[in-house]
Amino acid sequence: MIEETEFLAPGHRMCAGCGVALSARIAVNTAGKDTIVVSPTGCMEVTTTQYPETAWRVPFLHVAFENAASAASGIDSALKMLGKRENKNILVFAGDGGTFDIGLQALSGMFERGHKVTFICNDNEAYMNTGIQRCSATPYGAWTTTSPPGKYSIGESKPKKPIARIAAAHCIPYVATATIAYVADYQKKLKKALAVDGPSFIHVLAPCPSGWRFASDELIEVSRLAVQTGVFVLWEVENGEMENLKITKKIPQRKPVEEYLKTQGRFKHLFKPVLRKDVIGQIQAEIDKKFERFGL
Amino acid sequence: MKISIGARVEEAGSSIKYKTGGWRSYRPVVNKDKCTKCWLCYKYCPDAAIEKGKDCAVIDYDYCKGCGVCAKECKFEAIEMVPEVK
Repeated sequence: MIEETEFLAPGHRMCAGCGVALSARIAVNTAGKDTIVVSPTGCMEVTTTQYPETAWRVPFLHVAFENAASAASGIDSALKMLGKRENKNILVFAGDGGTFDIGLQALSGMFERGHKVTFICNDNEAYMNTGIQRCSATPYGAWTTTSPPGKYSIGESKPKKPIARIAAAHCIPYVATATIAYVADYQKKLKKALAVDGPSFIHVLAPCPSGWRFASDELIEVSRLAVQTGVFVLWEVENGEMENLKITKKIPQRKPVEEYLKTQGRFKHLFKPVLRKDVIGQIQAEIDKKFERFGL
Repeated sequence: MKISIGARVEEAGSSIKYKTGGWRSYRPVVNKDKCTKCWLCYKYCPDAAIEKGKDCAVIDYDYCKGCGVCAKECKFEAIEMVPEVK
């Protein structure tokens, strides 16, 4: 269960039914009061720290889009020098822009130097804060304002970057994927990530009602369907040993991907005016291939 | 307004001064008899606007944005979304 104290106070300006808000709330409440949060620019930072207010009840540092991982590394080193590093958690909450695209270089550096920081990527699959522009986290076939579907376009034309596998390739102590529908699974992974001596990375799928075009009350359902259809696989791996990768939520009866796509307006051009069986088939084939690779 | 050095905010959790309840167009209403205190709604609330009450879940209408996640996820149909009327 989430602890009784709320470290992310209400009154923040996240949209109603925001997946990122829920992800951050779960994470910071699980990590507890001895936590320092670092956040690059993104939905999270803009909505929770509207000057002169803050929604955080733990120390919070906002830095530039690129360098959240570098700033967190600095905090880790500074605390060590002061002899105050023990029993403190350093959490980074970055969006997909601050992880997949702009923050990747600093993130890679932090992994390589081995700082004891837990980096959480709250992935809502586009630049939602600036108006739903595509990024390397946007899935194949999705509508965004910069990947509009039309006569010659099916929406986003590139597949999603496998960020968690990129993180695992750094052979850091702990990498996991999680989503907000499975709270206990997420909390368990976060506790593991905080306990390891070195960098850890959690990729959290955080659906966005505004950008994905679904009703706000569907939030948990969409997140759950992403797992049940195999779009998002929940796994964890230690020390980058991909051969020992552990699937934490096994789905014995995988649902067809249409069920997930249908819930969101950003995929509606795949169903209307003509049913794009070819594109949906391709998305399904990619998922099947992924499961084959996982040996499921 | 005087801006502090580094735009530092001294008061933790001061966003509670801003009541987001006004955003709501539907209001969640808890049925006390149906609530089993499983606290699933509490867990899934993105705005920390649900408290664990003595008899049932208690919604904080000052901050609830009316997203409807609690009503949708409640396994016992103990929360109903009713339109806000003036």
